[in-house]
Amino acid sequence: MKTSPVSRRSLLATGGAFAVTASSGVLLPARAQGVAPTPSMRGGSNNYLPGAPIVERIGGGGFWMSGTVRRAGDGTPLEGQRIQIWAHTTEGHERDPHSHGATLTNAKGEFRLEMPQIVPAFGQAHGHLAYDDDAFETVFLRPVMASSSDTSLSVDFVLNPV
Amino acid sequence: MRKTLIWAALGVAVALPLALSLNSPLLAWRDPVYILAGLAGVVAMVLLLVQPLLVAGSLPGLSGLRGRHVHRWAGLGLVLAVAAHVVALWVTSPPDVVDVLLFTSPTPFSIWGVVAMWAVFAAGCLAWLRNKLRLRPRLWRRLHVTFVSAAIIGSVVHAMLIEGTMEMVSKTVLCAIVAIVTLRVFVGLKVWALFVPQRR
Repeated sequence: MKTSPVSRRSLLATGGAFAVTASSGVLLPARAQGVAPTPSMRGGSNNYLPGAPIVERIGGGGFWMSGTVRRAGDGTPLEGQRIQIWAHTTEGHERDPHSHGATLTNAKGEFRLEMPQIVPAFGQAHGHLAYDDDAFETVFLRPVMASSSDTSLSVDFVLNPV
Repeated sequence: MRKTLIWAALGVAVALPLALSLNSPLLAWRDPVYILAGLAGVVAMVLLLVQPLLVAGSLPGLSGLRGRHVHRWAGLGLVLAVAAHVVALWVTSPPDVVDVLLFTSPTPFSIWGVVAMWAVFAAGCLAWLRNKLRLRPRLWRRLHVTFVSAAIIGSVVHAMLIEGTMEMVSKTVLCAIVAIVTLRVFVGLKVWALFVPQRR
């Protein structure tokens, strides 16, 4: 029996790879037109207490929550935006008011707030962040730490103007 | 001698994971209700190990009808432990538990937990209503075995995916023992025969 040097399997794999490349090539230019807004994450708003005060640091610190805030579409960094942060930490549960705090972004759209070490709660070490002011649509995020021994967590917001 | 060994082995398998979870560093940052929630989960997992042993009559002094009798009480304990686990978690963080029960939680392990919870409740109800339901024994056993299987698989996956108060090695070993013992008892009782058509 003669066997072809190209097996059915490799033909399917190559064909599939071409199909994926072609379809993603078609999709890419559409995405390049604008920075898409960040959608809220499931469970992001759990234990949210509106109006967390702007603080120098939440509790004793030791852990850094940081990130960026940009505008959807053109991706311009947004200055002076209030980001509210809370988590289950070594100093309290998520629902405790003293576990909550807020900070403002700088001219480069960056924020950085020191807080107590986040510890695993409900099965995962995770934080909560909210943008909940008038200029843009509300976004609630719930990033998960890659490892519970991490001492920092970073998350980016892209906000949609109201 | 053999008797003592079996009970000693079960004692270690039950006590070690419990003791280690009660020494978890996470407890320092949890209030009593949250600690109770975690502990109830570990107790439930331990009862999942005891249950098949009782049914198979593998525990010395608890064979036959006596084992079945204790199996019923341990089953009630299991249902109560699972209920305590969920209620105490709900007290700790209501929105997280509501998300889990409505299958909208961001955490996949919680889905396995909910499936296991309903399976435990279903298996328990089936046992509680056994006389009232008047199902054919074969059908009753088929349903009980099915719910128990879902409870075991759901609980083991749920526990393994969680970063909680259980120490990793003892948790893995307990989960493995639960799965192996259950399988072994199923094989011993030839449960697969329940699912093949009977010859007339």
